[in-house]
Amino acid sequence: MSETTPPVAPLPEPMQSSALRITLRTAMILLVFSLVFTTMMAEVYQLTQPVLQATALDAKRRLIAEVLPADAYDNDLLDDAIDLPPLPELGLADATRLYRARKDGQPAALVFETTALDGYSGQIGLILAVRADGRLAAVRVTQHKETPGLGDYIDPKKDRNKAEPWISQFDNRDFAKTPREKWRVKKDGGVFDQRAGATISARAVTKATARAMAWALERQDRLYALQAGTRYQEKSP
Amino acid sequence: MSTSVYREIARNGLWKQNAVLSQLLALCPLLAVSTTMVNAVSLGLATILVMGLASLAVSALRGFIPYEVRIPIFILIIASLVTIVDLLFNAYLHDLYLVLGIFIPLIVTNCIVLARVEAFAAKQPAGLAAYDGVVMGIGFVWVIGLLGAIREFIGQGTLFSGIEMVIPGATAWQILPEDYHGFLLAILPPGAFFVLGLMIAGRNWLDHRANERAKARLLAQSAAATA
Repeated sequence: MSETTPPVAPLPEPMQSSALRITLRTAMILLVFSLVFTTMMAEVYQLTQPVLQATALDAKRRLIAEVLPADAYDNDLLDDAIDLPPLPELGLADATRLYRARKDGQPAALVFETTALDGYSGQIGLILAVRADGRLAAVRVTQHKETPGLGDYIDPKKDRNKAEPWISQFDNRDFAKTPREKWRVKKDGGVFDQRAGATISARAVTKATARAMAWALERQDRLYALQAGTRYQEKSP
Repeated sequence: MSTSVYREIARNGLWKQNAVLSQLLALCPLLAVSTTMVNAVSLGLATILVMGLASLAVSALRGFIPYEVRIPIFILIIASLVTIVDLLFNAYLHDLYLVLGIFIPLIVTNCIVLARVEAFAAKQPAGLAAYDGVVMGIGFVWVIGLLGAIREFIGQGTLFSGIEMVIPGATAWQILPEDYHGFLLAILPPGAFFVLGLMIAGRNWLDHRANERAKARLLAQSAAATA
């Protein structure tokens, strides 16, 4: 890397005369580079699109399988969905989908997302399945920014207790038997454990779950009755 | 090109001009991602790939790049390569992508890629440039890996936590007792600065000691010669 090495392609002599010509020539080179590399990106995008869509669908199935066992329903969940508008009641700022599980044509469970806005560092995304009989099938964290090694035990993948992760205490919890004032972490007088030093994360998940269950159970007749593919609208009170 | 050129490049990348320890580049991904060793090394490996490709591409195209507008073109090349690597990882190495996915776009902001392309690849033949990119990447990996290991060990008493996302079935090492409550500072960003500062101090100390020894040896030699 000595000083004498020539820099990348110098402009040829005659071109150095007019500023306009230099501008045009350089712009052309930039344009050619942009075209070539954009084409490359577009080609790779086209090539990978089918694979990406398949994996996205697969990921959705796997996520649903985490909160609802496959033997709880016999319909095609991904097709039996309705669109939810942004719902501040659920902490959702964007439109999401709600999946309806049915068994023998009878309502079995609602699978939908909710967001806890009061995590220790930002929002905690949750997915949960609420059974038609009022039990919570399970709830899982889809995304969070809680402190690694401290508050991230709300995600079973990061929970050091692999045999009985923290979030598994919500599995099959009956909302009717655990009333809302008991649906809290123990520190707040409820029934759910929290880990020392990171109550805020646990409290946020617990609160958001209770709120989402109450929301779903209140309107579940309407939610099951809506035609698949339509958009749910909150009734004005 | 003789082997000594390659050896010199390797020495520069791994130690003498190490992108992190001596040039203090790449601090953004370095501090953000080094909370655990597995995260750190995973990002490092993706960085090696991008650095090798970017250096190769810039070096191969250097005859067509006008000196005056080289920077936008370099950035265009690097950003395109990162996008392509991102898409390919997502499609064909999806499990690894779930771990690395959030970090791959960060590589665009990693100034060591641009720094190497500008300082080396734009002036050297393609093979040498790709080699330099990869070696500089390895220099980045060992530093970020070590930083991640130290922070993880002090912060939560483990090593290799999260390894099961990369190698299914493998488990993390619990080194400190299970009831170790962790040392939060090491995991939070200030901890990264502290540990990095100590590592740089360590490097400077080693270099200083090596210099002193060389000087002492030289003195001894000249003393022997005059005697």
